[in-house]
Amino acid sequence: MKPRADDLYRGLLTGAAGVVFFIVFLIAWESVTGAALSMKTIGWSFLLGTEWDPVMDHYGALPYVIGTLATSLIALLIAVPLGIGSAVFLAELASRKMGEIVSFVMELLAAIPSIVYGIWGFFVLAPVLRSAVEPWLIQHFGFLPLFRGIPFGIGILNASLILAVMIVPTIVSISREMLLASPRSLREASLALGATQTESILVALSAAKPGILGAVILALGRALGETMAVTMVIGNTNRIPHSILDPGATMASVIANEFTEATSPLYISALIQIALVLFAVTIVVNALARLLVYWATGGRQDTAGAA
Amino acid sequence: MTSTRRVKNIAFIAACYLASALVVAPLLFILGHLLGKGLAGLNWEFFTHMPKPVGELGGGVANAIVGTLLIVGMAALLAVPIGVAAGVYLAEYGRGRFATLVRYTTDVLSGIPSIVVGVAAYGLVVVPMGRFSGLAGSVALAILMLPTIIRSTEEMVRLVPRSYREAALALGAPRWKTIQQIVIPAARPGIMTASMLAVARASGETAPLLFTALGNRFWSLKLDEPMATLPVFIFDYARAPYDDWNRQAWAGALVLVLLVTLLSALLRLTVRRVRAA
Amino acid sequence: MRTIRSKWLRATALAIAMLTAVAAIQPTSALAAGSQVNLTGAGATFPYPIYSKWFDLYNKETGVQINYQSIGSGGGIQQVKAGTVDFGASDAPLNNQRLKEMPRAVIHFPTVAGAVVLAYNLPSVTAPLQLTPDVVAGIYMGKITMWNDKRIAASNAGVALPNMPIAAIHRSDGSGTSYIFTAYLSAVSAEWKELVGNNTSVSWPVGLGGKGNEGVSGLVRQAPGAIGYVELAYAKQNNFSVASIRNAAGKFIAPSIASTTAAANGAAAVLAKDVRTPIVNSPAPDAYPIAGLTFLLVNKEQRDQAKGKAIADFIAWAMTEGQKSAEALDYAPLPEAVVKVNQANLASLTFGGKPLVAKK
Repeated sequence: MKPRADDLYRGLLTGAAGVVFFIVFLIAWESVTGAALSMKTIGWSFLLGTEWDPVMDHYGALPYVIGTLATSLIALLIAVPLGIGSAVFLAELASRKMGEIVSFVMELLAAIPSIVYGIWGFFVLAPVLRSAVEPWLIQHFGFLPLFRGIPFGIGILNASLILAVMIVPTIVSISREMLLASPRSLREASLALGATQTESILVALSAAKPGILGAVILALGRALGETMAVTMVIGNTNRIPHSILDPGATMASVIANEFTEATSPLYISALIQIALVLFAVTIVVNALARLLVYWATGGRQDTAGAA
Repeated sequence: MTSTRRVKNIAFIAACYLASALVVAPLLFILGHLLGKGLAGLNWEFFTHMPKPVGELGGGVANAIVGTLLIVGMAALLAVPIGVAAGVYLAEYGRGRFATLVRYTTDVLSGIPSIVVGVAAYGLVVVPMGRFSGLAGSVALAILMLPTIIRSTEEMVRLVPRSYREAALALGAPRWKTIQQIVIPAARPGIMTASMLAVARASGETAPLLFTALGNRFWSLKLDEPMATLPVFIFDYARAPYDDWNRQAWAGALVLVLLVTLLSALLRLTVRRVRAA
Repeated sequence: MRTIRSKWLRATALAIAMLTAVAAIQPTSALAAGSQVNLTGAGATFPYPIYSKWFDLYNKETGVQINYQSIGSGGGIQQVKAGTVDFGASDAPLNNQRLKEMPRAVIHFPTVAGAVVLAYNLPSVTAPLQLTPDVVAGIYMGKITMWNDKRIAASNAGVALPNMPIAAIHRSDGSGTSYIFTAYLSAVSAEWKELVGNNTSVSWPVGLGGKGNEGVSGLVRQAPGAIGYVELAYAKQNNFSVASIRNAAGKFIAPSIASTTAAANGAAAVLAKDVRTPIVNSPAPDAYPIAGLTFLLVNKEQRDQAKGKAIADFIAWAMTEGQKSAEALDYAPLPEAVVKVNQANLASLTFGGKPLVAKK
């Protein structure tokens, strides 16, 4: 005989839990209905269209897809080695005190709002890139098409650097947990066999590989959706960037820039279609990441602390 | 041991130290610039006055600070009860397929970019209401806070020792009373910290506010009208071509960072007092 | 509530709850308790410097709060369409096609005339540059890429042009300023008209995008070698170097209130017939060729009487007091003929089908 109050209480809690379905459904509903016109008129070749032309009411999102991919991938290229190196430092090499201090610093980095990263990138990093770094790159690597262009100081390179700084804490915290979770015995065994510290760390790293991969993919998910910091430093053009010195735009930044003012129904719908793509892609990427981390830790861990 | 291996060893370890230094460095630069450029713009007027029109020096962010507190406060009022309740559900009753689905959906929700949430909030709140409003901003922020609150609550409630529950049940308390009056209070400090950290993070969000709360040059306490917020203020003033406005943007950024870290620090302090009580 | 043990937490929670409740149940109708009217407007960044002063002055005089957010002309048009603001502002007038697309009839009220200037950041060049229409079009089409190009040097004899790449800055958002600028380029360059066209948002062949007049100004300020098109007020406030442009009469005209007024006045007759007529490339001898009017977009049928009256009162004020302060704020006042058109249009605003403002 279950008391009525118990049922009522459980019902309330269940209802609260059900709210998440409701919210995700609402967001998906808004995105799909909003994008419907564009999906019907342009279809999915939208993602391969190279011309984003509001004058002719003709929209192709390839420049933004490329902008997003370029900035995220370059950011990962920078953040992954640095992140894993720092994680190794924190988990294996640092003393307790040093480890605490650096971890604290990471927490602070993760707590800084993205708009603050944006203004730092615009006012501090851009002049440095414009006056020193980019001319140097043009001078020494300008034979590659990837490094040609006008040194604006803002553009793909700046956005990628800022993104890297923003996603590094994610990689560090999860990788560190993965390393700490791997059994001591692994390292002790390899040391006993005469390995150097580095070699035994590498052994631990390869054991933690799936989890670290999960961290990287989670970081990718964050980079894909990052808006404000990117909007301020990426240069906002609707052309495909051909070099890292070129300005560009990402899917998130074009929505932020053009949404309130898209005047034709197709224009709005095209922007919402981009939002829909972002929505879908981040779901897939995050699901993949969590699966990897979950699998790597035998179901004990999840990525709650790092997101 | 061959010297190659020794060299590789030293090189790798050195690289790891270097990596950590490179990761820590940006924070030092950012904080340095924030303090350097931001402090210059901080004065009594900055905290107590409204923004001035273009061309006039001075003015402040009083309305933006209050706006941020109001919108974030409202968002917390929306997200915390629902989030805590959902988290408790998952911890106490969460063993079936429904619960797994809820967890998965919460994960999905946490990964949605804030700009997409902003677009959805525009369609769901701004357009039907016929106006931009602080409330729409609160709805967007609440959606962003929810997943973290749910997950942390579940973790914290799980940590409550089983003996608490068993003791209560043994004394004849019904299940709901056990949860409501024994388990939740025991988990409260942790829940509060984690929730408020989520709230503090959300107070720095800019993208969703662009299409919901818009902005307001005047003092407004009305949640059903556009409202000034600190992040949007920073965005607008940083892009402006006026030196004075740029300085104010840095000052605003400093205030925002202080707000976020102060909120977090205050919370940890309160939690310690509650624990001691 | 009683389960929150800490008094401190309880007090904070109560405070937030009370504050939110107070804020949320504020009367929304302006008629309640005879409180003041608050208006929300959004749109063009072009007139933002003068609007922000006007609204501040008006607030001090009448207590009416007009909250204007400069999100770009495209934003102004779209939000009027969506019905989320009380009025919009745009330098790009709505053509007949677009007017038809509006769910409710919209009236254009021009407020001031402004000049779109070409501001550039070349610290080594002290004399103002003189640019021909072809050069301007060439820069923005990517055909002229270096500052010391022969074609620029041709009209700037004696000026030492640096060997620097040109960073052309354009608008990344839907912009009336872009509309005026591309209207000019389309008028002077058949190739531009064909290739790019005239609109608030175009597919720019080259360059960097900034959001709003503010964003473009910010970028020009930061990057040596940059050139961007912004409203005169922004250029003045930033002490930008601005280029003199050769007008249709063949003279190199520097942007100023006088040359903008000349452009506006030169077209007074056609403007009286349709205020949306573009005034770029004016044939008047002293007119600055890249000028335009900026408009307030107001729904003909107002849904809230108090708000409608407030908008009408403000526009009436802008046509008298406001015009007086225009020059001091770096904008050109409207020709008298246009002011009369506005005053006539005010009389056509309705509420519930009946005229909003009593005919004086």
